[in-house]
Amino acid sequence: MSGGQYLALVALGAFHGVNPAMGWLFAVARGMQERSIRMVLRALPPIAVGHLASVAIVAAVVSATSSVTAANVVGIVGGGLLVGYGLYRLLSERHFRWAGMRLSAVQLTGWSFLVSSAHGAGLMLLPVLATTPTSMPAGHHEHMMGASAPATGALTGLAAAGVHTLAMVAVQGLCALIVYQFVGLGILRRAWFNVDRLWAAVMVAVGALSVTIAVA
Amino acid sequence: MNRANITVMTRWTPDPTFYASPQAAASAPAEKLAYVSAFDRSAEKPDAIVVLDTDPASESYGRVVGWTDMPNLGDELHHFGWNACSSALCPTAPHPHVERRYLVLPGLRSSNLYILDTHDDPRNPRLVKEIPASELADKAGYSRPHTVHCGPDGIYVNALGGGHTEGPGGIAVLDHTTFEVRGAWEKDRGDQVLAYDFWWHFTRDVLVTSEWGTPSMVEEGVNAELLLGRKYGHRLHFWDLAKRTLTQTVDLGDENQMTLELRPAHDPAKEYGFVGVVTNVENLSASVWLWYREGDKFAVKKVITIDAEPADAEDLPPVLQPFGAVAPLVTDIDLSVDDKWLYVSAWGTGELLQFDVTDPFNPVKTGSIRLGGITGRVPHPSFPDEPLNGGPQMVEVSRDGKRVYVSNSLYGSWDDQFYPDGVKGWLAKIDIDTEKGGMTLDPRFFPHGDELRGLRVHQTRLQGGDASSDSYCFPG
Repeated sequence: MSGGQYLALVALGAFHGVNPAMGWLFAVARGMQERSIRMVLRALPPIAVGHLASVAIVAAVVSATSSVTAANVVGIVGGGLLVGYGLYRLLSERHFRWAGMRLSAVQLTGWSFLVSSAHGAGLMLLPVLATTPTSMPAGHHEHMMGASAPATGALTGLAAAGVHTLAMVAVQGLCALIVYQFVGLGILRRAWFNVDRLWAAVMVAVGALSVTIAVA
Repeated sequence: MNRANITVMTRWTPDPTFYASPQAAASAPAEKLAYVSAFDRSAEKPDAIVVLDTDPASESYGRVVGWTDMPNLGDELHHFGWNACSSALCPTAPHPHVERRYLVLPGLRSSNLYILDTHDDPRNPRLVKEIPASELADKAGYSRPHTVHCGPDGIYVNALGGGHTEGPGGIAVLDHTTFEVRGAWEKDRGDQVLAYDFWWHFTRDVLVTSEWGTPSMVEEGVNAELLLGRKYGHRLHFWDLAKRTLTQTVDLGDENQMTLELRPAHDPAKEYGFVGVVTNVENLSASVWLWYREGDKFAVKKVITIDAEPADAEDLPPVLQPFGAVAPLVTDIDLSVDDKWLYVSAWGTGELLQFDVTDPFNPVKTGSIRLGGITGRVPHPSFPDEPLNGGPQMVEVSRDGKRVYVSNSLYGSWDDQFYPDGVKGWLAKIDIDTEKGGMTLDPRFFPHGDELRGLRVHQTRLQGGDASSDSYCFPG
């Protein structure tokens, strides 16, 4: 992957991380409930693992597929999917449903996995992944074992998901600590921009971009 | 009425009436309007939502400034709630960009549910959806809907009766956006049959329910045989909010009949709450109990007792004559958002009491106001020649704790037993000293008489939220 692609993954990670719904607000709530900054920090790894799992599944599938299929097919099909899902999220006002706040680390991981998946976090990485060339130079494919190309492709996808998630959790941790330690929750009333709407709009744009790149 | 009438629209920034913590909510601006449910006992006129002006700077302060009729007769509007509240900021499923704009109104007698939109003209809310009793019965298996709370994953509405049976009563969940009935909430209810009120300790995954009676036990009035037989509810139920299962039942003792209003502490770091008991059948006293966490269980303790007041039999309605006393009848309580002041309505004696509950185990009485009452008939100071009936009943406290609103009707058939001359509606407003405690009736605020068009008034909801409308996920 190129430096530009890594940068894009990091930027998307930061975008996911800054969204209160993706976990930092939950980390702050757990810290406030126990009046302990350690509780804030301890919530972050399970949230990161859940997000990673959600994103990695999509990333591995996309990368593995694009390593054996023409990349533009993945771009077009995936891009179309993304536009559709983004439009659905823009137009439907259903919010993620979950009751229950006292979660173990495993449950918190599960919560993060579900909330990331419901928001289509992995899909948003699609254009970055779909444009990643397979790691084998063209022409060498016929010398490889049948399953190797997709396997290598999947590994590339996992690496991408890892980079993305590291960026996300770093931003999440920063948001959580700043709000918990310094600015307080009053900031939410003014600064909690409707990320979900923006998020859906980004999906539509990213999907369209993906199709455009694939067709061009 | 269909979906098309419901505006599904999200905001770019959170609804300004949502607050992360009770401490933040206490700094909310004063309410400009109050919504009051009003019903016609004779069921000849439609019930209504009455809108009152609560802005002291306004010319129409303390007057009825809006009125929305229901489309049917005989609903008996009672309690009601908002489509969304501060719980929308809770971190597990935040949705802070929805609007607090719809009132969800159950008809306690008809079992119909109505959705009113307050957005376009807050003084004249518009009916946008009607959910017939049959939908509640068929989809959730309940009837006689009562309390409404904006929950984490939907709107929770509890009900006294079964859909086509006496019981069990329980909780139905409505969709947050379409208001469609999604189904019954409970997965395992154990031996719970009776229902009345519910609320929760959100951050602890605890839901609490109380007990009154099934429809046949309450709709024809209080049944002396059932009461003296100690058949009305006397227990509290604690549930796992996430798993939807009953985890613990606490019995207050069957002499304590009717455990009604539940007021958990607003601060999510606290895990206690208050419940009012209407009457003790051994001495007609009323009481308030505290529930609190003890290890992995909840325990209860009686923290307030209000004694019956002796009276001559000829001054009493038939239902009380054998006892020669006025029962205080604690039928509503309300806890200020800062969890410091508890208001207790003694509807029989016509008294509103204020307690400092900073130490919840040892409430200290700090104020008392008398209005109406079975024998007192105490008038409002601004209308000294008009003896009042009914008594302070539903209590609502503003978010800053500085204003308290009371209305005087309990429940149609019960009104008639304790006030046989027929409860005539009135509302009063009380100013609060939030530093030292103490209550003063506001001489300028007393909607009553013809202004209420002969309807009886029950619950009040304040514009933007009040002490019994919102739940919070963050400690202050």
